[in-house]
Amino acid sequence: MERESCQRLLESLSEYIDGALREDLCQELEKHMKECENCRIVVDTLRKTIYLYQVNAPLTEMPSSVRRRLYHRLELDEFLDDA
Amino acid sequence: MNKPHTPSSEISLELLRKRDRAEFARLVEAYSGMVYRLAIKLLADAQDAEDVLQETFIKAYHHLPEFDGRAQVSTWLYRIATNEALMLLRRRKHPVLSIDEPSEEDTQGTQPVHIVDWCCLPEDELMSSEARAYLDQAVAQLTPNLRAVFLLRDVEGLSTRQTAEVLKLSETAVKTRLSRARLQLREALSAYYAERMPDRLPREEGAA
Repeated sequence: MERESCQRLLESLSEYIDGALREDLCQELEKHMKECENCRIVVDTLRKTIYLYQVNAPLTEMPSSVRRRLYHRLELDEFLDDA
Repeated sequence: MNKPHTPSSEISLELLRKRDRAEFARLVEAYSGMVYRLAIKLLADAQDAEDVLQETFIKAYHHLPEFDGRAQVSTWLYRIATNEALMLLRRRKHPVLSIDEPSEEDTQGTQPVHIVDWCCLPEDELMSSEARAYLDQAVAQLTPNLRAVFLLRDVEGLSTRQTAEVLKLSETAVKTRLSRARLQLREALSAYYAERMPDRLPREEGAA
């Protein structure tokens, strides 16, 4: 990532991954990636990084004890078993 | 993307504003999981996360009559929870740091140093319990500014506009912070996974 063009494109990568980058910049970036292995790796690993966080998110669950104490604090104990 | 657990029928704002207890219980049931997840990832502390979770719904209950329904309920709850969590973080570590000022730390570590293609690692390696703990640790290393944007956008799946709404930032600021957060996380994950690549030494300083 030493070259000036890599440096300039770095700021666009996040929007590129979201599909929100301007068309002309997209083309420039894609053209650049064909020639620049490092930038291609950065884009792929950036995409994978986001993916890993997304697939991991649902694995964080609220413990049932936390839920029980929340209902209690809110004086909703009577509704605890309904859900 | 992770949508909150939506109840079978829509929650009635009208009933909520009338402080209907059963309806409030349905709101809590539907959204407490997502509030807890955000809180624990923002704070990296189970007790603090639980405090924020409780405070969020207490505040929500008190402010229900003022909630005009223009924003989604989830966005509104995220806003309360994020404010509570960031306040706690500020008290804990940076008593005078404003979340609106981009700090110098935000821009550090965005420069790609680890250029290793670890995408091909098998899923069980990428998602091992050790790796998952590392993912959490990497998020906790971000500044609270960047962490909040990243969690709302990429983990909770909010749009740029919704994230801007929750954090009272411009959409441009959300995009800038998201980009920095993602690059810093990519860097951290690359350092971690590169060591687990079978037959390739990590290349440093990314010379072309």
